[in-house]
Amino acid sequence: MTRLEALTAIFDRLEHRVVVTNMGAVAAELQSLGHRQNFFYLQHAMGLASSIGLGIALSKPDLQVVVLDGDGSVLMNLGGLTTLARYRPRNLTHIVFDNESLLSVSTSRGDFPTATATGSDLRGIAAAAGITQTTAVSHIDAFTKAVDAALAANELSAIVAKVDAVGPPAYVTDLGLLENRFQFARYLRSR
Amino acid sequence: MSPVSTTNSRLIYDALKGCGVRLLSALPETWLVHLVRMADDDPDMILVRLAKEEEGVGISAGAHLAGVKSAMLMQNHGFLASINGVVSCAQLYRIPLLMLITYRGEFGERDPWQTEGGGVTEDLLRALKIPFSYLDRAEHVAARIAKAQTLALSSNKPVALLLCRDLMWEDA
Repeated sequence: MTRLEALTAIFDRLEHRVVVTNMGAVAAELQSLGHRQNFFYLQHAMGLASSIGLGIALSKPDLQVVVLDGDGSVLMNLGGLTTLARYRPRNLTHIVFDNESLLSVSTSRGDFPTATATGSDLRGIAAAAGITQTTAVSHIDAFTKAVDAALAANELSAIVAKVDAVGPPAYVTDLGLLENRFQFARYLRSR
Repeated sequence: MSPVSTTNSRLIYDALKGCGVRLLSALPETWLVHLVRMADDDPDMILVRLAKEEEGVGISAGAHLAGVKSAMLMQNHGFLASINGVVSCAQLYRIPLLMLITYRGEFGERDPWQTEGGGVTEDLLRALKIPFSYLDRAEHVAARIAKAQTLALSSNKPVALLLCRDLMWEDA
């Protein structure tokens, strides 16, 4: 499964949900499918996408928040998983695309493997952090099913999706960071 | 009985409430214990207890984007631990942060382990061009907190208040 296939499969589910992504491939590929004003791409500060998602989820309990994250970012803020678990917002789904590498700095497959390449298990870590609903998937049908179940569950959930270490041709898009930020805030505050 | 001032902690807490702060992120340290308990006892306050202070930058960013006023309670060493978040989230994305930072390691500090961070706190704030002021006397607590928040919101940038020994510690 590629990340792009996975994003394509769930793109329609994201239409009316608040989406926060980490930097790099997730941000570029989601934009390649179509930007929406309810999508926010955190193009740096690795690890904080889930913290931003938590801040939104606690501030706007009636909105459903989906955080699209990556293994490299999550590994930089493992403590954040314990904070998510502690407050257990029902309106937050944390999807982690695990390509077992820091892809955007790699020149070819496998250049800079993360610890998930050598056995660290992010689903297990999330579960041990106290997130009660966790799933690990590696095929597109299972992924789509897991996302639908998580969105229907009304519980904090984490989905770790193993994806191929392939990314978009370019990471910089024509959407300005601040344009995205102010548009997104306007969207959230109108809800 | 802890020598941390309950009276002045209450002043700070009430000032934050008076500014419309509805979410507080915190990682407790000795000087913050009363403030964290006050937030915990307040049903109208969303208290987020952190594993590491940098998370608080993201949580405050999310709250701000959603239109909720927030503040961060941390020690200066926690500020040191959150600097990439401050730069690459709050400053990059023009997010106002109201950071209340306990100023350990200044004159009067008895704990050897606090002294190194105390010596670099102000220089780091200046290097990051974060406007800051001191909370060291009860008389100006409410006004300085209100003005710090006003500047954070009008500039869309982080602003810091250093909580000093003379205010926080009863036998300073």
